[in-house]
Amino acid sequence: MRRAFEIMRRDLRLALRQGVDSLMAVVFFVLAVVLFPLGVGPEANILARIAAGVIWVAALLASMLSLERLFQTDYDDGSLELLALSPVALELVVLAKVVAHWLTTGVPLIVAAPVLAVLLDMDAQGFVVLIVALGLGTPTMSLIGSVGAALILGARRGGVLLSLLVLPLFIPVLIFGVAAVDAAIGGFAARPHLMILSGLLIGAVALCPWASAASLRQSLE
Amino acid sequence: MLHRFANPTRFLRLSAALLPWTAGLTLILLIAGLFLALFGSPADYQQGETVRIMYVHVPAAWMALFCYSCMAGASAVGLIWKHPLADMAAKATAPIGTCFTFLALVTGSLWGKPMWGAWWVWDARLTSVLILFFLYLGYMALHNAFDDPTRGARSAAILALVGFVNVPIIKFSVDWWNTLHQPSSVVKAGGPAIHPSMLTPLLLMGLAFTTYYLWVLLLRLRAEIVAGKVRAVRLRRAHG
Repeated sequence: MRRAFEIMRRDLRLALRQGVDSLMAVVFFVLAVVLFPLGVGPEANILARIAAGVIWVAALLASMLSLERLFQTDYDDGSLELLALSPVALELVVLAKVVAHWLTTGVPLIVAAPVLAVLLDMDAQGFVVLIVALGLGTPTMSLIGSVGAALILGARRGGVLLSLLVLPLFIPVLIFGVAAVDAAIGGFAARPHLMILSGLLIGAVALCPWASAASLRQSLE
Repeated sequence: MLHRFANPTRFLRLSAALLPWTAGLTLILLIAGLFLALFGSPADYQQGETVRIMYVHVPAAWMALFCYSCMAGASAVGLIWKHPLADMAAKATAPIGTCFTFLALVTGSLWGKPMWGAWWVWDARLTSVLILFFLYLGYMALHNAFDDPTRGARSAAILALVGFVNVPIIKFSVDWWNTLHQPSSVVKAGGPAIHPSMLTPLLLMGLAFTTYYLWVLLLRLRAEIVAGKVRAVRLRRAHG
């Protein structure tokens, strides 16, 4: 367990020293959202109507962009093999790396989301639910994405392939995330949607590390 | 039992014996099913003649799920016992399943236009089947993305198992959510809610699609084994 924490700290340190990756994800997120008012026109009521969906889709794409690097650099320089040889279970290694990935790319998205919601003129009632829903949804996406990131190691055209593998699996998170925010704005209970999002997160925590570890193992064979 | 059929020669002999049977059965069932579906069954009192789309749409949707389940099952066997034939079966099933899924989506769209007034609606059943279609595409893309075919098979097998969570979601989507797509009327508690005159052609078509799947699967497996032999001969000649 302590070793897993050390792996997490290592990944965090690497991400913070380079700093570019997490910054890129946030900049992409902001840019993608900013494109929408320019694309669909600046009428406040239309923007307010689509705000939740736009923010969620942009968050989904932003977290997918950074996924490719989750295992790739370690795979390229061989440290993944050392991690696999270490006494820590590979599932725990995956979990530690996913947590570090989420802290460096998921959390900045959650912080940026309310600002973007203001820009899109979203109803203030949805803000808290948006943050909670993103807080439940982004770690789920990091977990699901880790399976895809592990599967494409050593593949040709990995980046495009990753989106084809991972985006269909992100759809449930998107549906319930947007539904929660829309329910809060419309004055309905957001709780059921948030419960389903929590369920997705718990299921992903339970299953995804195993699938990722299995695909990492066969990529190292 | 499992490893008896891992021997390609034995499989080739067995499949050669089975092929004409599956082919003949497919043709007989398809002709009988199509005749009953197009001429021998009544038009729906509400939907009129368009109800006949059902005899292609519903079996295609069944097969989309059935093929994915077979693919996931074969992938699991391939991963656990490193059974070469299971890997091949999973690979050979993917394009067939993709075609069935595509057929189900297209016929559903053609049926939806006169019935719902829209080619496509974003309800749970349609969305989850669309995800299934993308999973098939991702599976095939991943299978082909590696220089080493066994790596492709392993990676794709893991993806097939992960994607299997979608199958129960599709099956129960019409019960869990209040969808425009009608709930199941063939497999339900208290017997099928569909008249025998329509159920018989539907089941015949379902059986025909299943035997068609077996037929094409055997053909593809044989082709795959023979292609492997050709590759081995070429390699030997290149080295020799």
